[in-house]
Amino acid sequence: MPFITTNKTMAVLSAIVVLLSATLFADEKHLSVYSPVAIYTVPVIDRAGREYIGLLELLEPLGRVSSESQGARWGLRYNALNAEFVAGRTRAKIHGRDFDLPAPFLVENARGLIPLNSLNEVLPRFIGTAVNFHESARRLFIGGVGTQVSFQLDTNEPPHLNLNFSAPVNPSISTEPGRLRMVFKRDPIVSPGSQSISFDNKVITQASYSENNGDAELDIAANEPLMASFSNTRKTIIVAPVQRATAPNGSAATSGNGEQNPSLMPPPANAAPTPRRTLVVVDPAHGGDERGAALTDAIPEKNVTLGFARLLRHELELRNFAVILLRDGDTTLTLDQRANAANVAQGGIYVSLHAVSQGTGAGVYAALLPVEGPSNGPFHTWNAAQAPVLAVSKIVSAAIVSEMQKREFPARASSASLRPLNNVLMPAVAVELAPGDNGAADLISANYQQRAASAIADGLASVRDRLGVQQ
Amino acid sequence: MIPRSLLIGVAVLLAVVVTMGVYLHHMRRQAGELASPAASALPVPPPATGPTETVTLYVADDGAGILRPRSTQIPLPGGRQQRAEELLRALLRIYQQPGSAHPLAAASDIRSIYLVDPGAAVIDLNAAFADQHRSGILSEQLTVNSLVETLAANVPGIQRVNILVEGKRRDTLAGHADLTDTFDVATIMQAENQ
Repeated sequence: MPFITTNKTMAVLSAIVVLLSATLFADEKHLSVYSPVAIYTVPVIDRAGREYIGLLELLEPLGRVSSESQGARWGLRYNALNAEFVAGRTRAKIHGRDFDLPAPFLVENARGLIPLNSLNEVLPRFIGTAVNFHESARRLFIGGVGTQVSFQLDTNEPPHLNLNFSAPVNPSISTEPGRLRMVFKRDPIVSPGSQSISFDNKVITQASYSENNGDAELDIAANEPLMASFSNTRKTIIVAPVQRATAPNGSAATSGNGEQNPSLMPPPANAAPTPRRTLVVVDPAHGGDERGAALTDAIPEKNVTLGFARLLRHELELRNFAVILLRDGDTTLTLDQRANAANVAQGGIYVSLHAVSQGTGAGVYAALLPVEGPSNGPFHTWNAAQAPVLAVSKIVSAAIVSEMQKREFPARASSASLRPLNNVLMPAVAVELAPGDNGAADLISANYQQRAASAIADGLASVRDRLGVQQ
Repeated sequence: MIPRSLLIGVAVLLAVVVTMGVYLHHMRRQAGELASPAASALPVPPPATGPTETVTLYVADDGAGILRPRSTQIPLPGGRQQRAEELLRALLRIYQQPGSAHPLAAASDIRSIYLVDPGAAVIDLNAAFADQHRSGILSEQLTVNSLVETLAANVPGIQRVNILVEGKRRDTLAGHADLTDTFDVATIMQAENQ
């Protein structure tokens, strides 16, 4: 077995502990960032009665970024732009110009922290585009990103409320007596204008919009239990009373135009939660010193895989999977460290994410195992650790391809001699995302990644019973 | 007064030093001229001699993500090893043509192929082959499969293949395809046919 130093092992174990902690404390304060390049969240921390945010973490998904700490001075390079901050001081220099922060700059463990309420002023100086920061809700919109919503109540029997969105959405939906609640954690939903709309209907009486801690929320009030279903490729949500939503023959609810809605809500994530959850180990390939393929002159593979992994995590969590990301920043991990971390986590499935600028759609790969040598009974060599579960890996691979093809996303299942797939003890697949019709620009498109992530998550959900479970 | 014999001795020694210096300079220039053609990145195709034979090359198509068998006639030398090298060079020439469905750099070449053991072959690629290869799971795997399947289809008895770069083991071809292990011909062919 390859040798790994104690320090490295400790680093990997620490990373796992941090990631597990992050999963456990998902309700901590965070900032949601919506940009054309990526949709992501960044933790918000309280210092001296103020909210602060890590500048490096904020800028990382938006471009090439690096930092340098020297004593109290903290330098940052974002693409070709330099900035300099001093710990404990409010005066900073961004791109050669002085700038005053509303509160002192902080440095903790080489991380540079800026006050949250400075984002409207600081961020445009780096990215060169206006931002719209909803400070009280901790939601940041970059470059005109935003999904509009409109309401259309059909009072004909059975009454139903159509929520029409300008882009596909994926909320978490829950119901309680007299109320249906939709929480949009990753969708850049913006206020419909009025915070509350009342309807002249005895059943569905009111819709209200609110924002809090990085999430947007739509609440529908009613005098009867409600349920929701998706339509129009997830751009429409139809809310209707439960007992009227099902036709006498038991078929699914229909939309206003009579279209069948195959996906009845609430989705699996909000169905009665199961006590056992399958743990998915998501591995954004490359990272740190290892940049992967150069997808364009400015975009290395490592950045795309990280953004894609964060989207996939969200999609999986919506489907009641527990998720660990092997890296959630620009860190270097060797292939053996990745395999070890995955094996220690004892997940139900390992998913390695890659990206490539040639081809179209996606390739989904199971391990192509090498020649193993003489049989050692139940024991396998490190490079053939995948052997006992390879058949399941191929089933998972086929399921993901099937879900992608349902979405008219070109995909193909195959085998590849790709480490660390063959070192992983659980079923393992690699997904290589290739561009769509818009070329390499698709690889950094949140919508394109969202489609692929959704298909992967649905694929895993469809074979959940074949995967191991985590108590 | 310095003895005359000593002056003559020093003068002779100085003359020898100067002559040696001039000769050394001349030799270094000559060595540089000899080394420059060898340092060229472009491979020099070996002379292919021997009777023309029909062979099957497994040619990668990146767009379709598959290998396509292609029958072609090439002159093959008699020796098993030279035959294997010429086969893969014929394959490379297809990839190096303009508009290839699986482009490889013009400087890519096969340094040598060793048939070291009954059933085992070692393909030694040059540095340009790996350094200038496009990075990606599909592209790299198709290259590996194409080399392995072409070799196995035309050189009877090959069951296992190792790939080296410049005579040394390399972790990956271009960041993805693992080259540290031995490829099993049957496993690759089975995976290709799925």
